[in-house]
Amino acid sequence: MTVELALISLLNGISYGLLLFMLASGLTLIFSMMGVLNFAHASFYMLGAYFGYQLSQWIGFWPALVIAPFAVGTLGALVERWGLRRVHKWGHVPELLFTFGLSFIIVEIVQVIWGRPPVPNRLPAELEGPLFTIFSTNFPLSRAFIMMVAVLMLLGLWLVVTRTRIGLVIQAALSNPQQVEALGHNVPRVFMMVFGAGSALAALAGVIGGAVYVTEPAMASTAGAIIFVVIVVGGMGSLSGAFLASLLIGLIASFATVIDSTLLDGLSALGLSITPDTPLYSVWTLKLSQVAPVLPFLLLVLVLIVRPKGLLGTRED
Amino acid sequence: MRINSKLALAASAALLVSAGAVAQSKGGPAEQTVKIAFIDPQSGLMGPVGSNILRSYQFIAEMANKEQWSKGVKFEIVAFDNKLSPQESLNALKLAIDQDIRYVVQGNGSSVALALVDAIAKNNERNPGKEVLFLNYAAVDPDLTNSKCSFWHFRFDANSDMKMEAMTSYIANQKDVKNVYLINQDYAFGHQVRRAAREYLARKRPDVKIVGDDLHPLARVTDFSPYVAKMKAASADTIITGNWGSDLSLLIKAAKDAGLDANFYTYYATTTGVPTAMGSSGVGRVHYVGYWNMNGNPYDKTALGEKIFLDFKKRFNEDYYTLATYNVLRTLAAAINKAKSQDPARVAFAMEGLKYESINGEVEMRAADHQFQQPLWITSWQKAGGKGVKFDSENTGYGWRTEELLPAYVAAQPTSCEMKRPAKAG
Repeated sequence: MTVELALISLLNGISYGLLLFMLASGLTLIFSMMGVLNFAHASFYMLGAYFGYQLSQWIGFWPALVIAPFAVGTLGALVERWGLRRVHKWGHVPELLFTFGLSFIIVEIVQVIWGRPPVPNRLPAELEGPLFTIFSTNFPLSRAFIMMVAVLMLLGLWLVVTRTRIGLVIQAALSNPQQVEALGHNVPRVFMMVFGAGSALAALAGVIGGAVYVTEPAMASTAGAIIFVVIVVGGMGSLSGAFLASLLIGLIASFATVIDSTLLDGLSALGLSITPDTPLYSVWTLKLSQVAPVLPFLLLVLVLIVRPKGLLGTRED
Repeated sequence: MRINSKLALAASAALLVSAGAVAQSKGGPAEQTVKIAFIDPQSGLMGPVGSNILRSYQFIAEMANKEQWSKGVKFEIVAFDNKLSPQESLNALKLAIDQDIRYVVQGNGSSVALALVDAIAKNNERNPGKEVLFLNYAAVDPDLTNSKCSFWHFRFDANSDMKMEAMTSYIANQKDVKNVYLINQDYAFGHQVRRAAREYLARKRPDVKIVGDDLHPLARVTDFSPYVAKMKAASADTIITGNWGSDLSLLIKAAKDAGLDANFYTYYATTTGVPTAMGSSGVGRVHYVGYWNMNGNPYDKTALGEKIFLDFKKRFNEDYYTLATYNVLRTLAAAINKAKSQDPARVAFAMEGLKYESINGEVEMRAADHQFQQPLWITSWQKAGGKGVKFDSENTGYGWRTEELLPAYVAAQPTSCEMKRPAKAG
């Protein structure tokens, strides 16, 4: 592998990983606060993409970048206030089923409003074009933009949670909700805000991801599968774990695609001879680049077997 | 929303018309409706391509009905969304048969076409007198007219091997082609393209090196930049790909973003979204090989192709690029006239060997393997308005210039098909 290929793959992997993190951070935030595994989280990501697209048509991309996450966040808060909170008293399974059902409803609504094919969602002209050139490959401005927004978001999130009064209340409500309530804080309202903020983060990822990649009704289910992998691998409820896992999966996806080695190469290096007559020959000759889409899920299974609490998870059982 | 309400309209119109046809058929010698099931994706990443072609069929059907290509016959397109899945397509086929639809058109995905050919052959064997005919307008796996040929299948696109033969003959004279990178979709058709590209290049340009060969999942990749990074690393100067729809437009978008200056030899750079993705970036470097180009078509004396293109654009603000929709309905109408019947079994026999002068030249439905014989164009992406590029694509200001035109007899290929024909009904 040349230096150029390695560098560009590294950058591609990091920018994809950071986008994944924007998506996963909201989910993991909600899980750590409320213990709710929000199956509709990726649907809020999709809503962000569609809201962003629609608002860009009306008022331009930059206002949309701010307003769309805000609108989706409000929607998320309403869902928590009028839906999830009512289901809460029946326990976690009904909550999970509620968000599961919600994800189907959102997909159908999106299809009714915007149709089944992808919408022509594009970044504004000022974000098109290359930012810099590595040897002979251009690194697109759009990818750098993803990275910048994600890093700013991570920084903001960290500041809010650790350095502000509201962040302290959130942290306290997480471990000792009754005590916090006894001190006069409105814990259900805190939950509502957290749920809204988590949805808004997903929507922010959606506004950018939808424009850089593709905005279509299947994006929620595609993204849903992968962020599930991220939060399990990172450790349920761990923000830093989600960050690590996002980058890991981004890098795996980007490097695996560019490596053409097969198991055959590895086995021959070990001195085993494999011929077309060997059983499972087609498996040994699969290129790594061909199995790249499966690798994140393979990682998920491996982590669950070897370290069920995830990379940075704290769960003890 | 616009598209959905249109679909709903079309569906309700179809219902009304079929109800009308029933009422009329009781009344006397009135117009007969021939319903045609359109089984192709109208959702997902390939949705825009399928929807464009559905509109093309409806547009041509309207024209056929107005001009009475087949006297007393009214063509009606009934759309089924197969989501690009062979399994969903078989369900759609069953629904169509239940609605007494006896003609099926499909084109997006040879994997789907292969499943349909099997299912239709079985259906026809079990239900004599209720046969279904499959008019394949774009699934180009060569097997469909060779080892897996079927009497009930007719193909109107040139198959993948015919196109690759033409493409490699052209490449043989291009001195700037040295390092070729193959990238294709991981299914029947993509595999055929890479096999043929390797075989034919080895024969015609043994000095050309294949520096890369990738297969990626069909209609699922949204970011092609890792593949483009690989092409750069392999110092590819030429990309050969059978990709279509989003798999081509996103590939070209990623290539543009990374600044990859390579020649692209494609089959389907005309499909929805690809011209827009190229814009000014692919000038002189992107090529396609296909059975029609509007710019530089000596066969179209009456400029009918231009008229269809312009009327279609006026109505839908989209490009009309699937001329096979015209050839399918034109051939079907002619066969119905020849058979004096709308029964698929009789029409199929009438279709064999049918020959006429179409928009893209002298065409023939070859009886031996049901492979349509037609000329092939090799084109390049150029600024519109200049010499040889009268029309642009997707309002980009750029269009396709004809570089080479192969008459049908040059594009023809032998077949290994051993067709099993049913006994001719009296």
